[in-house]
Amino acid sequence: MQSTLQQPQKVASPTKTETISGSEAVLKALLAEKVDTLFGYPGGAIMPIYDALYDYREKLQHILVRHEQGAIHAAQGYARSSGRVGVVFTTSGPGATNLVTGLADAMIDSTPVVCITGQVFAHLLGTDAFQETDVINITTPVTKWNYQVTDATELPHVLAKAFYIARSGRPGPVLIDISKNAQLQKFEYEGYTPCDHIRSYRPKPIVRKEYLEEAAKLINAAEKPFVVFGQGVVLGNAEKEFLRFIEKAGIPAAWTIMGLSALPTDHPLNVGMLGMHGNYGPNVLTNECDVLIAVGMRFDDRVTGRLDKYAKQAKVIHLDIDPAEIDKNVKTTVPVWGDCKETLPLLTKLVDQKVYPQWLDTFNKYKKDEEAICIHPEKNPEGDVLSMAEVIAALNELTKGDAVIVTDVGQHQMVACRYAHFNKTRSNITSGGLGTMGFALPAAIGAKFGAPERQVIAVIGDGGFQMTIQELGTVMQNKVDIKILILNNHFLGMVRQWQQLFNEKRYSFVDIESPDFVQVAKGYHIDGFATDKREALKAALKTMLDHNGAYLLEVSVGKEDNVFPMVPQGCSVSEIRLK
Amino acid sequence: MSKQEFTITVYTENQVGLLNRIAIIFSRRKINIESMNTSPSEVEGIHRFTIVVNETEEVIKKLARQIEKQVEVLKAYYNTGDEIVWQELALYKVSTDEIAEKVKVERLLREYGARAVAIRKDYTIFETTGHREETDRLVKFLEPLGLIEFVRSARVAIIKASEGFHEKLRQFERQEPGEELVENEFLGQNEEIFTM
Repeated sequence: MQSTLQQPQKVASPTKTETISGSEAVLKALLAEKVDTLFGYPGGAIMPIYDALYDYREKLQHILVRHEQGAIHAAQGYARSSGRVGVVFTTSGPGATNLVTGLADAMIDSTPVVCITGQVFAHLLGTDAFQETDVINITTPVTKWNYQVTDATELPHVLAKAFYIARSGRPGPVLIDISKNAQLQKFEYEGYTPCDHIRSYRPKPIVRKEYLEEAAKLINAAEKPFVVFGQGVVLGNAEKEFLRFIEKAGIPAAWTIMGLSALPTDHPLNVGMLGMHGNYGPNVLTNECDVLIAVGMRFDDRVTGRLDKYAKQAKVIHLDIDPAEIDKNVKTTVPVWGDCKETLPLLTKLVDQKVYPQWLDTFNKYKKDEEAICIHPEKNPEGDVLSMAEVIAALNELTKGDAVIVTDVGQHQMVACRYAHFNKTRSNITSGGLGTMGFALPAAIGAKFGAPERQVIAVIGDGGFQMTIQELGTVMQNKVDIKILILNNHFLGMVRQWQQLFNEKRYSFVDIESPDFVQVAKGYHIDGFATDKREALKAALKTMLDHNGAYLLEVSVGKEDNVFPMVPQGCSVSEIRLK
Repeated sequence: MSKQEFTITVYTENQVGLLNRIAIIFSRRKINIESMNTSPSEVEGIHRFTIVVNETEEVIKKLARQIEKQVEVLKAYYNTGDEIVWQELALYKVSTDEIAEKVKVERLLREYGARAVAIRKDYTIFETTGHREETDRLVKFLEPLGLIEFVRSARVAIIKASEGFHEKLRQFERQEPGEELVENEFLGQNEEIFTM
């Protein structure tokens, strides 16, 4: 009796299965996760997946890059401009090791990326087979999670986990290494179930009322409160919640470069940039505020300067989704653990409606000094030589702050972050934590795919551009409509600046020669122009922005210009130098 | 804050590669692991790491949070020596002739709490279990008698105040775990914490 009862039950709830290959399961997983674009480069160990991709090429747009590092930076740019998970395909061995820089970059900047790497047949693992490398162990420190699949039946579940881990909580890169036999293996596919819970993984800490109350008490009693915010506001999609919070509480807010563009540039409470090359007021007043409210930022050393002289007078409230960030660098008075999308509205409810005209005026006073000593001279240099700041200022007039600005690393990055205007969130894409030269060009390509309706401008130095210049091929082949603005100072400028300031002008290997960038672009059928003339600048920028398709504009700027203000390494934020 | 010995207990999933993930949290910070043991725990399918490190409490707290941040780690605890009961096991190989000639074996067994686990014509293997000083004492004693081989295991430790992991795991398996899981060390210490 029992067995007959059980029989029909099984039939009643049939799991529809079909026999597919591991490779197909990978692609089905991507479709189920609503992936539309991926960046990659084929090779021996990932050929079965590429073979399956041939049948899916209408549904999944694959962008062939020129180097795997380009693939992952593009995926990062895609993720940062769209808020979705970037996806990368590469082969085993060198294909996988070329991802390492991008993984480290995505790890430190909390960017959701899923990388799928091919691996040699499982029976060859550990035999030093052709293009075999221990990708899992190489990438462990630079991934939020990684996993090797050698049996196709694991794939749907593992990929569901991969996407869930990459995007939930504090996002990060995930790498899934799939052996060739698993890609080829046929198995009974039971469909794809997205993952929403892993018992050993808590993406968000539980929000605790008592901390919010304690935080609100401090804020309400404050006379000189100061908000410092980072990318957490963007990652939590909490820009509106953040705005409501600072507007109700009336607190001036300064940003880290990862938080830039989460708050419109011209908002009256936006007092500028923190850190080594940040604005004068926010740095000095960090050491004068009485309550410091950090939202979704991690007190990086480039932001804090000397830690034992950082905001010692202040009570510190730290809102963060990652419990490991609390007390990591700066001792917290009240930790507000949780997703700021949830905690900010709760805090807003508890704080009093207030304004601090006098306190805000202090920021303006410092701004005036900075304006006089740094900003004005930088934007209006004496002599014929152009400055980076005036190029960015001219760009602002044309973009009106609506463009996505992707920057590389170095002086141009600091100048762009200091001077670029933004009206909209997810508009500033840069390599913040890792400081990866060569990031901007591929990231801009990805950013354009992530936000096709937006103007994407890559601002790059002459050094960084040459690190991933090969991605011009990707721009050419895929007709990626990005604008490349090279600020060429004919030096590795940031290192040169340090050598000037701290190494008695011993310019050790910072004098870099460049090819004729416009000619190089021409070789890729990308139009371009080069100028060093002030009178030609505006028109050249306009031509670039109005150009239908990719365009490269090279602007020669002052060779030995420095970025100021500057908090020299090892100094406190209040020791910031204006010249 | 001065350095002292801490025992870190980590409850994890049983996953290839996790040992490396945990080990590099220490090596990245150039912190030496004094001993590390992995074993099953009281809960089926859940592994338990016992890691001994000499560090300040501030560093240990950060390490524990970094460990707990790993996707496959359920929970990390850290304890000082007086909060745990711990043991290490040691094995000693000596020449049977030498021992038989020069030592009253029964005295050795009694005084050092040792056991003979193998006795052969050519060699004898003793075992002791206890704290480092205890297992070291026997080394000192056997060295002049020609200690052929010596090995000591990693530390295993039981947390005195722990109620085990069964209930915790049930919480973890739920979509929305309860507040008690957070085990926030700030709670109930308002006076200390809410001042700088």
